[in-house]
Amino acid sequence: MTEPTRTIAAPGGPADPPPPADKPVPQFLADLQREIGSGVTALSYWVGDWTAILSIDRLVAAAQYLRDAPGARFEFLSDLTASDWPPRSKRFDVIYSLYSISLKHRVRLKVQAGDGEPVPTVTVVWPSANWLEREVFDLFGIRFAGHPDLRRILMPDDWQGHPQRKDYPLEGPGEMLMENPLDWLNLKHREEIE
Amino acid sequence: MPDSIFETSELVINMGPQHPSTHGVLRVVLRLDGERVISADVVIGYLHRGIEKLCEQRDWMQIVLITDRMDYIAAASNNLGYCETVEKLMSLEVPKRARYIRTVLAELQRIASHCLWLGTHAMDIGAMTVFLYAFRERELILDLFEEYCGARLTYNAMRIGGLPLDIPPGWDAKVRAFCDILDTKVNEYEELLTHNRIWRERTRDVGIISGQDAIAIGLSGPALRGSGVPRDIRKDEPYAAYADFEFNVPIGWTGDTYDRYLVRLEEFRQSVRIIRQALDGLPEGPIIGKVPRLIKPPAGETYHAIESPKGEIGYFIVSDGKSNTPYRFRVRPPSFCNLQALPRLVKGHLVADVVALIGSIDIVLGEVDR
Repeated sequence: MTEPTRTIAAPGGPADPPPPADKPVPQFLADLQREIGSGVTALSYWVGDWTAILSIDRLVAAAQYLRDAPGARFEFLSDLTASDWPPRSKRFDVIYSLYSISLKHRVRLKVQAGDGEPVPTVTVVWPSANWLEREVFDLFGIRFAGHPDLRRILMPDDWQGHPQRKDYPLEGPGEMLMENPLDWLNLKHREEIE
Repeated sequence: MPDSIFETSELVINMGPQHPSTHGVLRVVLRLDGERVISADVVIGYLHRGIEKLCEQRDWMQIVLITDRMDYIAAASNNLGYCETVEKLMSLEVPKRARYIRTVLAELQRIASHCLWLGTHAMDIGAMTVFLYAFRERELILDLFEEYCGARLTYNAMRIGGLPLDIPPGWDAKVRAFCDILDTKVNEYEELLTHNRIWRERTRDVGIISGQDAIAIGLSGPALRGSGVPRDIRKDEPYAAYADFEFNVPIGWTGDTYDRYLVRLEEFRQSVRIIRQALDGLPEGPIIGKVPRLIKPPAGETYHAIESPKGEIGYFIVSDGKSNTPYRFRVRPPSFCNLQALPRLVKGHLVADVVALIGSIDIVLGEVDR
């Protein structure tokens, strides 16, 4: 079997441009900064979207605050996903897209996590995070501490590896399993003997 | 004296993945006490094709084609969501005519999707006739799409920055004629179901969810509006040309299966209303904006959501500004997030109601599993 080779020309991290000086920061983000303090490491603004980059230990506190504060009211978790930036020491970004049904505004939260570093679950704040966190765990291998039911959701239960990682090979045993199961079984058998 | 002379025990059964009423390859593991569901676990992933990973290997134009394959019942809505996200990332201006035609396509798609939902949902519950009627009208829409872009299911009907084709001559008159037909047919569906005693018994007070719970569990689209939350992205964050049109957002009262049915039925009428306004006000002009030959959005990321027939379909796209593929491509699938509510909805109901509830939240497995 040839080793799957693919060079990844991965950039070191997302752009996260800082807000322009003439752009006023929304009130709820200013309040969040006051509430969480140094837990908000940076703010970012790009094509009309605000992003707050948080430190991982203040994530749940910030989520709780944004859901309940009268000026924020982000009761709907639109989306929860991750992205992978392998050259960086904390290689994962976990991204939370929030929407407020009552006040009709959006914001994104972002935390950085290293490989194997658990991220606190937000299922206590938004129950809808349950399956979304399972999907991120399945496809990226990020563990969510305190999640009620952290199992694979899209891939088979006995799958090896996490396909959405940038260093996941596009060819290899995973592909062989699909195309020619016998080859793969033989390979596995040989490994077991060794 | 014991409570019962029979010894009873809980029974675990698998519903699916090959089951006609699961609308694809969905497996629901049910724990039953007699006919009653104690708990349910949903097993998905049978149709997982790694679309997100696949899109990270394709260039920006090719992805439009792949989005067709997610919610294949409403391919035009998927195209629209993706194109608008990239346009937002590149700050592209879309000509007014293109936005109007996109709106017409998206609303026709909503009607087609709701027709399929109505037919299969009614058939699951046992009303076979409605299935035949609803598919008859869906066929007319597929014909309209075929005339517009040549395909009946996977349209690839939009381009980043506009549309590939202008509408063929006489097409708008045919759409108008279809709207007139649908107006009478929706009344026909209502006659068959709304006051039908069997239908009401099977759907009323089945799977009640309050507005607050529905928000917490992440429901969107008609399933959320059925619980009385007036949330419609077309109104709240207008995209395409929806800001120019007048329409109402129907909401339910109790949040049961019957309310979700009524909401979708009213959406038929509102969609027809939007289509008529869009055709009346259809401006002249180009159908595609000033799009660079090589699409390469500047480095940055964005999330953009539109109202698909199933709910909020959102795209989160990261561009690194260097390569001609997205660095990260993520879809927020409405069916996936809505399906999460199923275990909560079926608890305490009969096995037969599980079928009604799967139909009531309207899922497409191609989108759940991607």
